[in-house]
Amino acid sequence: MILDGKSPAGPLAERWDRRRQELKLVNPANKRRYKILVVGTGLAGASAAATLGELGYTVEAFCFQDSPRRGHSIAAQGGINAAKNYPNDGDSIYRLFYDTVKGGDFRARESNVYRLAMLSNNIIDQCVAQGVPFARDYAGYLDNRSFGGAQVSRTFYARGQTGQQLLLGAYGALSRQIHAGTVRLYPRTEMLDLVVIKGQAKGITIRDLTTGAIRSHAGDAVCLCTGGYGNVFYLSTNAMGSNVTATYRAYKKGALFANPCFTQIHPTCIPVTGDHQSKLTLMSESLRNDGRVWVPKKKADERKPHEIPEDERDYFLERKYPSFGNLAPRDIASRAAKEVCDEGRGVGPGGRGVYLDFADAIQRLGKDKISERYGNLFEMYEKITAENAYERPMRIYPAPHYTMGGLWVDYNLQSNIPGLYVLGEANFSDHGANRLGASALMQGLADGYFIISYTIADYLARTGPGGASADHAEFLRSIGEVDAASKKLLSINGRRTVNDFHRELGRIMWEHVGMARGREGLELALKRIPELRGEFWSNVKVPGSGADLNQELEKAGRVADFLEFGEVMALDALLREESCGGHFRVEHQMPDGEAKRDDDNFCYVAAWEFRGIGKKPELHKEPLTFEHIPLATRSYK
Amino acid sequence: MDLTLFIWRQKGQQDKGRLDQYTARHISPDMSFLEMLDTVNEGLIAEGREPVAFDHDCREGICGMCSQVINGIPHGPQEKTTVCQLHMRHFRDGDTIYIEPWRAKAFPVIRDLIVDRSSLDRIIQSGGYASVHTGGVPDANAVLVPKQDVDIAMDAAECIGCGACVAACPNGAAMLFTAAKVTHLAMLPQGRVEAARRVCVMTEAMLREGFGNCSNHYECQAICPKGIKVSFIAKLNREYLKTFMGSPGCSTGE
Repeated sequence: MILDGKSPAGPLAERWDRRRQELKLVNPANKRRYKILVVGTGLAGASAAATLGELGYTVEAFCFQDSPRRGHSIAAQGGINAAKNYPNDGDSIYRLFYDTVKGGDFRARESNVYRLAMLSNNIIDQCVAQGVPFARDYAGYLDNRSFGGAQVSRTFYARGQTGQQLLLGAYGALSRQIHAGTVRLYPRTEMLDLVVIKGQAKGITIRDLTTGAIRSHAGDAVCLCTGGYGNVFYLSTNAMGSNVTATYRAYKKGALFANPCFTQIHPTCIPVTGDHQSKLTLMSESLRNDGRVWVPKKKADERKPHEIPEDERDYFLERKYPSFGNLAPRDIASRAAKEVCDEGRGVGPGGRGVYLDFADAIQRLGKDKISERYGNLFEMYEKITAENAYERPMRIYPAPHYTMGGLWVDYNLQSNIPGLYVLGEANFSDHGANRLGASALMQGLADGYFIISYTIADYLARTGPGGASADHAEFLRSIGEVDAASKKLLSINGRRTVNDFHRELGRIMWEHVGMARGREGLELALKRIPELRGEFWSNVKVPGSGADLNQELEKAGRVADFLEFGEVMALDALLREESCGGHFRVEHQMPDGEAKRDDDNFCYVAAWEFRGIGKKPELHKEPLTFEHIPLATRSYK
Repeated sequence: MDLTLFIWRQKGQQDKGRLDQYTARHISPDMSFLEMLDTVNEGLIAEGREPVAFDHDCREGICGMCSQVINGIPHGPQEKTTVCQLHMRHFRDGDTIYIEPWRAKAFPVIRDLIVDRSSLDRIIQSGGYASVHTGGVPDANAVLVPKQDVDIAMDAAECIGCGACVAACPNGAAMLFTAAKVTHLAMLPQGRVEAARRVCVMTEAMLREGFGNCSNHYECQAICPKGIKVSFIAKLNREYLKTFMGSPGCSTGE
């Protein structure tokens, strides 16, 4: 099947306006008769639930955390992009669009990206109006910083806690609607199934994580805002609870999963210390504004960093990419770091690290300025490593951070299942094969504040309210299935813990479906994942019962999904016989080691349809066309 | 290193709960406190016993989910550090560690170390925001804000909503939490318009939820992982008093 992204035609800058003209509206008096279920309360979910509630829809919002303020968007540090051009340094909507398409290595839809760039400015206005305390200069104007993949300063920030402040803004808006009664909140609640009736998404089945109760919620539409699947690697910068379950179970109900192999490995994370490690910590990319990345020129150099003279250091990003230097995009910076470590020039325990050095910046700007910009990051680094980054360079290493892939959606953010919308990191749409820094917050909020309210109205107006009730046979069947799966997990009573399986899956994924992928490794992964899954279902040990709070049971369900999803990811990576963005196939590289894209054969979105567990999913393609930015080899040299 | 742990175990809200003794072996100083507990839990599961339930998520000190009283101190002995960012290098081989949940009237225990903090959400829901609809707002630079004011607003806005301040307070007060939000918004022109009403409804919500009052112990400031200052409580009190001088006054509430 050839998929249609339903992008509007016509001049790029007019497409969103044109689409908004075509979309039907719901009469204000009728809005409350429609119930919309919003799953996840990170930036995308909180902003969507709040906005839909403000408009008068009946909204139910769900999150697995104890409070909607804890979605993992909260951990985003560096900033949010917008094409405001306040610094007058040559930015424009078109340039943000251009940078994002190029940064994504030409694997995103032009129409979507242009709309995102347009809406970026509204987001900043909205957040300031909410009281988000963005950094300002002494005259009271908003301040900007630069970020990877751009040559202009377009990133707005609130110290090193931009995600937190934006999420608290959206959480405030959501709280206001909860108070007003338009949104009903279900915290400590996990979605375990999507209910589809006559081809339309009509509800979800959830587990109340406190009481263990499994029940269904019916609605007129479902918005999944459940984030990415980075934890398939076990170790990632995601929160411990971040998972693929909501999107994967929608996939099992017929939603297409697009580009699962497009995962982002972030260059600046704190290196691993040992097997006990439960997660990895990101250090904001903004650090690369003032920090210089280097390793010793000599292999296995045991000297302390300050003992290594300037001419024996290799500032490899500045050397290889003189025009972008330390601000080369994430995928490029990550691979460059892996390369020098593979050569044996890595630093720190195990040689898996490179230096990020602030000595020059501190000398130039003073310690106070650096502390004002990055103080909390330096503190966090010291807590974890017991090292003072003002005095010795940080050690960093790449780690899985973001997933560009996600459920397939059209221009209206609707999946191939009518009534199922997917927002934020959970969808695949805007970042192509690589996301630029400070663009995730932008996308989550664009989807939630400014897109979904228009597009969902069109669907609702066409279908009419109250189409399903929770006593429909499909809901009962769904509850039965979810309940049976829980019981099965609890009954195995094997010998290995859930974490143990997750850790092993993570090793397979990192080794073979990680930063550099080869045919042999991918085939091995495709053999080992099903074997591990087989063992999981016969040898996992999940203690306790399903009738109350049981964190092991929660984890087991998520890991069970990762054990199926990992296979789709590896398959997608195997079939994409090219290198692009975060997807690097060792067989497809330029003589200098840069990614070699194959636009003749792979300029498409790969969207997978579920065909049964362990069965090969069916591939559908959405061809990508580039009318405005000619396909070109990315160069940051 | 090896440690002796006394951990609070409680099946549910109605159960009495008790401290049970456990041993944690071969703990690396590079582990975080929660990774130490992960290790203990893996051992318990292997023995067929139920693991200790505890809240946690981001494990980088920002989501505010982790919530444990360690040796009597919420978030443990390290200053300005959440449990998830506390590392075992701050303990010594052979140490005995007591681990308990947040204890406060407004935070009922759900299980083991997990408590219900939805009361904090309800304080925010009562009015801890600027009442702005999506869309129809002015350009972000249309209203200038002095840098000093934004810096104070940001100092207050850094609150992660973990509730340690409540757990540390002998009165079980949520004054620091509420004051941080009141201050954050009152410092900015965008939040100033509703400042009087906000301080009223949030204070009332706080009392309704069963939180105590502030009697200046400053325990909250001492344990706050984000360094939120008690001077914000003074700001809250000033904002509260102001409402009696001019417009409505707090008794009218909603």
